[in-house]
Amino acid sequence: MTEITLVEAITQALAYEMRADDRVIVLGEDVGKDGGVFRATVGLLDQFGPERVLDTPLAESMIGGLAIGMATQGLKPVAEFQFMGFIYPAIDQIINHASRMRNRTRGRLSCPVVFRTPFGAGIHAPEHHSESTEALFAHAPGLRVVIPSSPIRAYGLLLAAIRDPDPVVFLEPSRLYRFAKQEVKNDGKALPLDTCFTLRTGEDVTLITWGAMVKETLAAADGLLKDNIHAEVIDVATVKPLDMETILASVERTGRCVIIHEAALTGGIGAEIAAQIAEKALFLLKAPPIRVTGFDTIVPYAKLEKYYIPSEKRIVHAVYQTMEYT
Amino acid sequence: MKIIERFEIPYYQYLNENGQIAEEIPLLAENKQALTHLYQLMVLVRLCDAKAIALQRTGKLGTYPSTRGQEAVFVGIGHALNKQDIYIPYYRDVGSLLQRGVKFSQILQYWGGDERGNCFTPDSQDFPHSVPVGSQPLHAVGVAYAIKYRKQPRAVMVTCGDGATSQGDFYEAINVAGVWKLPVVFVVCNNQWAISVSRQVQTAAHTLAQKAIAAGIRGEQVDGNDVIAVQHRAAKALQHARENEEPCLLEMVCYRQHDHTTADDASRYEPKNLREQEWKKEPIIRLRHYLEQLGVWNEEKEAKWQTECAKQVEQEVKDYLDIKPQPIESMFDYLYATLPAAYAEQRDILAHMERVTHD
Repeated sequence: MTEITLVEAITQALAYEMRADDRVIVLGEDVGKDGGVFRATVGLLDQFGPERVLDTPLAESMIGGLAIGMATQGLKPVAEFQFMGFIYPAIDQIINHASRMRNRTRGRLSCPVVFRTPFGAGIHAPEHHSESTEALFAHAPGLRVVIPSSPIRAYGLLLAAIRDPDPVVFLEPSRLYRFAKQEVKNDGKALPLDTCFTLRTGEDVTLITWGAMVKETLAAADGLLKDNIHAEVIDVATVKPLDMETILASVERTGRCVIIHEAALTGGIGAEIAAQIAEKALFLLKAPPIRVTGFDTIVPYAKLEKYYIPSEKRIVHAVYQTMEYT
Repeated sequence: MKIIERFEIPYYQYLNENGQIAEEIPLLAENKQALTHLYQLMVLVRLCDAKAIALQRTGKLGTYPSTRGQEAVFVGIGHALNKQDIYIPYYRDVGSLLQRGVKFSQILQYWGGDERGNCFTPDSQDFPHSVPVGSQPLHAVGVAYAIKYRKQPRAVMVTCGDGATSQGDFYEAINVAGVWKLPVVFVVCNNQWAISVSRQVQTAAHTLAQKAIAAGIRGEQVDGNDVIAVQHRAAKALQHARENEEPCLLEMVCYRQHDHTTADDASRYEPKNLREQEWKKEPIIRLRHYLEQLGVWNEEKEAKWQTECAKQVEQEVKDYLDIKPQPIESMFDYLYATLPAAYAEQRDILAHMERVTHD
């Protein structure tokens, strides 16, 4: 079996599900002949034809609304937005309609759409191409927000997202698209949504993260071993709804936690996780939860973006801070 | 310089404000039974509307957007739809929704603050009311794509107001409908007002129908006070959509004979006497005159129908007022197909802590 990248795993999952289910339709800007600006849909047009791989006119709100209309008819549209900074015109459609259709018709109509978009900084892209605003979507009731961080999870979680009967915002860390390869079995097996993945076990501190920051967090966990600090690393994966059970079980055991995300600090999902830890496990904590996040600034352009993304060094520093409490 | 394209916008009217019929008329104009039915529906809708406003004024209904003066638009297009077509309303669509099997009590239920008013009939694929202005034409093109993909002989009809045509979403929808040849009919109920902003202040375009031209689709202006023209042009457009996958934009010219909603006060912005002046063109009386000319309607029938409508409306209002509120936990029950475990705690808090105050 050959190893594939995260973006290839996305393509593989799309192709698998399109073969298995003719209700699955891929749509977006340049997803057809061009295979997508990141090549996530490459080859799909040849395999499945122009009725199922739709190069849309250039209008993001339309992509969102069109997908909603299709989904109410029982199709399973997978809509691509080229970058997270360009999904905003579709927010009206996603939050006012997709997330509410089941609720406002008391289940008569539903909206099984996947809204896919690459997100995050670190690829030296122009401005508006580096956003990490997952919290905007996580705040909207009725949506799921799912973020893979490896080829295996990209494959399994995307299959789960397509099969889910409700709308899913599926955010793909562009920094990891071609970062590492993994063997991914093309067996059509989905991974569970609404569930964290524990990537490392350890008893000293819990590192809670998702998306591209999994990379720096794992590196930090490796580095900490030389000081005999054993970090547990949790990839949250579904940031809405949160699997607090797994997170709390770990934090209750280690008594220390650092939450790492690339998105800005204020109102980020880290705040929600920290609040729930404080509400439910305060007296089992040995140290206050610490957040290591992007700053409350606009993501800088390419030249400074590496200073925005939380570094391994910042994560390690935060862990030492928590270790100071005895 | 040379002219490379010229465009025309046709205008359709068969029955004028004096109840005079044009010389060339569609078959519908000779169908006494169908015309009587359309007339009766319009009378019923006007009564429903007056009742809804009265209910709001007496605290028994939430904010309600009146359909007064626009009865011919919605009765006409509702009549033109086939059962298997899909209807995507905005929020003044009483006349069409009643013909889609929606009860007036359900419409009241929706404006009364109960989501179940959007349930319509169990097998309905029609969309619920759409409040975010101009967002729903995009759903119509998605539904139309699904129909085309499955090669079904159905059409989609979506409605919006004149203000909605200024939204980007409106243009995005007609544009993709044109380029993909989707079986969809866009109906603009041009009632001259978007809350306080008049049609003239909304756009410099001479007609709203001409917006279709930029999208490469057919655009027509129709006298929205002439139910014959409305029904006929809507039926034609739907037929083209079903048979030839030709989208169409129909601008129905009418006048909003009420405030924007019951929460609005049009005297702040509407020129004095304009409403009265426009009332001369309202849709019901002209059809009554025509039916009387045809010898199928008279004072006695009118009185009888008014009584019948009043009875029906009273029953619907009673049904509405008798509806028990939903269980409070229902706010969680339709968020997702299966409520994620993360919500269980919040749902329990609601169920246990709030029941006392609700009951």
